[in-house]
Amino acid sequence: MSKVKVAILGSGNIGTDLMIKLGRSSVLELTTMIGIDPESDGLRRARDLGYVTVDSGLKGFLEQHPDLADIVFDATSAKAHVRHAKMLREAGKKAIDMTPAAIGPLIVPAVNLDANLDVDNINLITCGGQATIPMVHAINRVSPVAYAEIVATISSRSAGPGTRANVDEFTQTTARAIEEVGGAKKGRALILLNPAEPPILMRDTVYALVEDGTMDEAAIARSIREMAAVVQAYVPGYRLRSEPQFEGNKVTVFLEVEGAGDYLPTYSGNLDIMTAAGVKVAEEFAKNLLSRTNAQGADRS
Amino acid sequence: MTTPNVLITEVALRDGSHAVAHQYTVEQVLKVAKALNDARVPYIEVSHGDGLAGSTLQFGLSRTDEFELIEAAVSVSDVSKIAVLLIPGIGTVKELKQAAKLGAKMARVATHVTEADVATQHIAAAKDLGMETVGFLMMSHMADVATLVEQARKMESYGADTVYVVDSAGTLLPHQVRQRIRALREHIGANVGFHAHNNLSLAMANTLVAIEEGATRIDGSVRCLGAGAGNTQTEVLVAVLERLGIPTGIDLYRMMDLAEDIVAPILPTPQEITKDSLVLGYAGVYSSFALHAKRAAAKFGVDSRDILIELGKRKVVGGQEDMILDVAAELARAATSR
Repeated sequence: MSKVKVAILGSGNIGTDLMIKLGRSSVLELTTMIGIDPESDGLRRARDLGYVTVDSGLKGFLEQHPDLADIVFDATSAKAHVRHAKMLREAGKKAIDMTPAAIGPLIVPAVNLDANLDVDNINLITCGGQATIPMVHAINRVSPVAYAEIVATISSRSAGPGTRANVDEFTQTTARAIEEVGGAKKGRALILLNPAEPPILMRDTVYALVEDGTMDEAAIARSIREMAAVVQAYVPGYRLRSEPQFEGNKVTVFLEVEGAGDYLPTYSGNLDIMTAAGVKVAEEFAKNLLSRTNAQGADRS
Repeated sequence: MTTPNVLITEVALRDGSHAVAHQYTVEQVLKVAKALNDARVPYIEVSHGDGLAGSTLQFGLSRTDEFELIEAAVSVSDVSKIAVLLIPGIGTVKELKQAAKLGAKMARVATHVTEADVATQHIAAAKDLGMETVGFLMMSHMADVATLVEQARKMESYGADTVYVVDSAGTLLPHQVRQRIRALREHIGANVGFHAHNNLSLAMANTLVAIEEGATRIDGSVRCLGAGAGNTQTEVLVAVLERLGIPTGIDLYRMMDLAEDIVAPILPTPQEITKDSLVLGYAGVYSSFALHAKRAAAKFGVDSRDILIELGKRKVVGGQEDMILDVAAELARAATSR
């Protein structure tokens, strides 16, 4: 089976973790790691693993190796992505935006990827959004959710400078996605950092208030379990900590995300769920591209 | 009139919000704030107990929109300045701007003691709004003195005019307060403040030690109307400081009257050091967890003290109220499997 070529832009923690995950994909062929610091650990590892490396940013890549990728992951920063998004669109590349820039549609693979396979730029919201929105959706598809509130608690060690400088953007973008993707009429998001050592796993709590008279506890519990399995298929460390709790029209779901320990340690479930979601999106994009190419090939023959 | 050496912030309308399960009404806030203003209290903090936008299922929903409460407090204060609390990750710059527009003059930006850098944008925004700005290092007992200094320096570098040592769990002992305030006075140029909780009956003693070491900003709550066993009792503090010859600028008689006539009737029960509050201080747990733990204990049939002790062991930080149910459920499961 032929593969779709991809490149990673940004050789930090997220980019390097993506590199390791992409190495296992059966539909994606990672060709290039693009950074700006030749001495970065990510670029050094990429060279060691035999990938093409570019240390002059996206501009350098598009000049030197424009054919080495159809899909580019952007793991730089929201500010940089604004510029990158334009360059990638002009070059005809699909962009998977791992930053909080939120230029393209907000995507949670388990919820709304199929409807967005043809767009050229998608955004992965936040780690808290990736972990909790599937549950909001799982409840909402049974009983309409009037209000959903999520609390993401991550270890201090796994919160990088980008997250720390942008907590408002985190809560606002997540809240927006709880509504737009999860389907809640009103969404709220909180983020907490816990410095305990050894570092805690990422924990998420979802509170949802369903519309009066629509509560169906058994159906909601079933929907939540089914959704957890869908997410587990691409984030193996994703799990329900207990059965959902019901009280009046309130549903409470306790979640935990353990990372795969690829480049980032296992406590960084928050980063792992982002990279795993990124790979999942790229794989679906790739299957879509390949099926179209095959269909065109069939037409010609 | 003498210039006050110690500037007191009354927190009953913010920290006290925990004790009344965030049920303050506009009428109550009007009465309390007016009386505090007439007693010439320098600052009155008004917000949900968990700061701006704290009204959530996680922490408890406010009965009244906090912006209505802030507006009410501003409307009756010509001497006192209205302060608001903002915890990044819960509230955002958007709410801070709204509070400033309504007339709040002081922003207190709170983070866990080791996480000051999440407040960078909020402290800067408060300064841009022309607000007096305080960095509020919560759960100060969870960091050693060197870390506390490093984090306080960060807050100062973002623009904080004052940095507070906040004993959110009411667990610090007097000598620990002394070390912390002394270190901050030595290493930062900003004013140093102290916020106590009375869970171990040490709020007054700790506050006096803090003042001895040079803290000039002190929090109090009238009738101890704050989370856990409440804070340093403001009217008592004013009397004690007066006897020590430390001016606060506050009218003692008016303070006593408002405590007795206006605040006492608001309290669901008088503030005392219950076994739950005592355990908060003993185990080093965030004071607002007490009421949540009590409810969870009733729901799962476990001892609330066991929940709080377990939360202390797990080094849970402020804001992690969702852990209370989680731990209560776990304890209940462990009890049935025994």
